[in-house]
Amino acid sequence: MKTLLAAAFSGLLFGVGLGVSGMTQADKVIGFLDLTDAWDPSLALVMLGAILVHLFAFRKITGRPSPLFAERFGIPTRTDIDGRLVGGAALFGVGWALGGYCPGPGLVSSMAGGSNALVFVAGLSGGMLLFHLYDEASSGAAAPSEPTPTPIEPRHVGPTGR
Amino acid sequence: MGDFTPVSALLGGALIGLAASAMLLFNGRIAGISSVFGGLLKPRAGDIGWRSAFIGGLFLAGALLAMFAPSTIASSPDRSMAATLAAGLIVGFGVRMGNGCTSGHGVCGLSRFSRRSLVATVTFMATGFITASLIQVFAGGAL
Repeated sequence: MKTLLAAAFSGLLFGVGLGVSGMTQADKVIGFLDLTDAWDPSLALVMLGAILVHLFAFRKITGRPSPLFAERFGIPTRTDIDGRLVGGAALFGVGWALGGYCPGPGLVSSMAGGSNALVFVAGLSGGMLLFHLYDEASSGAAAPSEPTPTPIEPRHVGPTGR
Repeated sequence: MGDFTPVSALLGGALIGLAASAMLLFNGRIAGISSVFGGLLKPRAGDIGWRSAFIGGLFLAGALLAMFAPSTIASSPDRSMAATLAAGLIVGFGVRMGNGCTSGHGVCGLSRFSRRSLVATVTFMATGFITASLIQVFAGGAL
């Protein structure tokens, strides 16, 4: 129960932060990404503000032996740069500029009703499901020659979900 | 549009950083939205509750914003529904392929000096800038 409340609190705070920051205004996002027309650099400060806080907090928190409500930290450990990382990020940037939403702001803004965000979230879900299908098909075919794939998610340990 | 809003951008960013820190402190997890949401579309036993709770928190934030600060989420970009749907599909496929988006790579990853996240962030910022600028130059900013 504690982990659920903590996750909900974090999501709520994250969503309010997105709203306050301007990231949920798709036209503002497009104005930030479009360098040719009266460039508005505000949204660069969103990432700066978030990193300034999280950089120090991350060091402090991961210095602890464990999180408060779980046995272990699940921090990604991969360091390899592969085609999927670069290709996926490149696609993401194209779609972000095409619609004006990245995933978080899309989900938050879908609550406004009647906006583009709802359509974006439908597409987002479809795109994710398409990748899952593609991933299963390609990993099945290439299994013998590939090294053991590192899990996308940090491996969760023990009863952390409860 | 085009208004420079440095204070709200920094303040909102700080809240996002706090939210990611809360997730790490309480549950030991990275608040990467595409991974949290994507995991719900490929559900595994014991792994659904906290993901749903986090996404529920995002929806609650959206509902509160809709009630008390509707201008923050009711923007209408110059994009057709077809372009928006295509954007969603491309973003969904891309963030799962690249293991993260603006939150997981851009905020959480850069904060822990991850090389993968730095490469991803530079890449998606670059293609984002190029795409939006091309749409402005060749289509007058509307699609």
